[in-house]
Amino acid sequence: MAYSNKLIDHYEHPRNIGSLDKDAADVGTGLVGAPACGDVMKLQIKVGPDGLIEDAKFKTFGCGSAIASSSLITEWVKGKSLDEAETIKNTEIARHLALPPVKIHCSVLAEDAIKAAVRDYREKRGMTAPAEAAEAAGAKPQAAE
Amino acid sequence: MTTNIAIATPGNRKMPVYLDYQATTPTDPRVVEAMMPYFTEMYGNPHSRSHLYGWQAEEAVEKARGQVASIIGADPKEIIFTSGATESNNLAIKGVAHFYKERKNHIVTCVTEHKCVLESCRHLQQEGFDVTYLPVQKNGIIRLEDLENAITDKTVLVSIMAVNNEIGVIQPIKEIGALCRSRSVFFHSDCAQAVGKIPLDVNAMNIDLMSISGHKLYGPKGIGALFVRRKPRVRLQALMSGGGQERGMRSGTLATPLCVGLGAACEIAQKEMAAESERLHYLRDRFYKKIMEQLPEVYLNGDLEQRIPGNLNLSFAYVEGESLMMGIKNLSVSSGSACTSASLEPSYVLRALGVTEDLAHTSLRIGLGRFTSEEDVDYAVSEIVSHVKRLREMSPLWEMAQEGIDIKSVKWAAH
Repeated sequence: MAYSNKLIDHYEHPRNIGSLDKDAADVGTGLVGAPACGDVMKLQIKVGPDGLIEDAKFKTFGCGSAIASSSLITEWVKGKSLDEAETIKNTEIARHLALPPVKIHCSVLAEDAIKAAVRDYREKRGMTAPAEAAEAAGAKPQAAE
Repeated sequence: MTTNIAIATPGNRKMPVYLDYQATTPTDPRVVEAMMPYFTEMYGNPHSRSHLYGWQAEEAVEKARGQVASIIGADPKEIIFTSGATESNNLAIKGVAHFYKERKNHIVTCVTEHKCVLESCRHLQQEGFDVTYLPVQKNGIIRLEDLENAITDKTVLVSIMAVNNEIGVIQPIKEIGALCRSRSVFFHSDCAQAVGKIPLDVNAMNIDLMSISGHKLYGPKGIGALFVRRKPRVRLQALMSGGGQERGMRSGTLATPLCVGLGAACEIAQKEMAAESERLHYLRDRFYKKIMEQLPEVYLNGDLEQRIPGNLNLSFAYVEGESLMMGIKNLSVSSGSACTSASLEPSYVLRALGVTEDLAHTSLRIGLGRFTSEEDVDYAVSEIVSHVKRLREMSPLWEMAQEGIDIKSVKWAAH
């Protein structure tokens, strides 16, 4: 399988690998995927007093496309508000990295991961968001492509 | 004439180090040399009886038939040339089932067989045959009691491979053969991965049909053979209609250069098997020992003792196989992970051993062979060790394991 240079760059030089303190009040953690499926992503955000994401870290068990997708999304969410971060679409990630069709699910997982991290942060803070109500009702994010 | 082939070594790293000898092998230069004249000089049709060109080609094909027969202790008359082991397996299984279908309709095989055996059996099931798929133990080897219990008076054929293509384990072929003979059931063995790797004798092992592949033993691609026993006679229905070549079992003009290549490959393998096996044992043990010394939580899939020397199948826990292969891009290996294939399912062979899906996703198949050097092994080990360490550092599962969290206790959302 031939991968794009951007994807290989993120795989070989992943941005923002690491962990934040998951118990800290200003950190939201998203853990998505399953070992049996071959992908698990942990994505963490640290939210500043201004409500903007000031740091993001990830760890991923998965193929090169999964690692690159999660690396890319940590770059993208920094400096964004929670609402903005939630609007990142898997299709944008897939397009940026030129993911082959069988790897689209990796970008879906990255989108799920940031949503889960934002949700975790909001729950900690006792915040609610409109998107959450819909998700709680069972509307799980689906593959967009 | 001398032929040189470029074998990638760490010093000559234009090409990755080839460590996928179960997928295919390079054609031995000596084999290529033996084949060459049959393309351009002695190009006759081996079935032409009326002129020298035909006689030359026929002589070459018959010599090759003898070389193939010799490595498995068969009579040359019992060797049928085919296009490869896939055709041989199809011909053996479907051919025998169809020929004897009025009397018997049951076949026994095993869940870890090659796809072409399993698919041939599924095809026969659709035609109304009964097939029993034997399970394997954790080490990849069948239980003889299971086989004994599976055979009925309707069983026409038992098909069990000698060496598995993914995990390299060796089935107890001699015992299986003895059991089949005592129950008057034909025994077919897919020996594509076994010929030239382990000693085989169709008489001592009571094998009635044996599939052989050219390109797995340093011969050319596109050629294989099927051994079909004459005493007691095994009959089979041909897959293709045609001129009735190969005792009527496989029509079509023989590819003289390919037959010559297969024959030459068998002769070389027969001569060099003992020494090559010893050398590969040394390299394989070196590889395995170095990996296990430097990395925790690495698991060998399949039995270590009952195994060909040129194979290792290892699960590197917490590191997904394809991401590892992307890292070790200077090594050409194969993965049992889902992500390398279009199927998105992890290896059915590893699943049959009871390897859990999460570990199956972390496996690599490392195949060593005739042109693998000690330098290659040491380089491969260092590459694998450094990339496994790097990927574990970025694996959330490794982090959880270090924190003492049992991965299996986490409720994962399957996607």
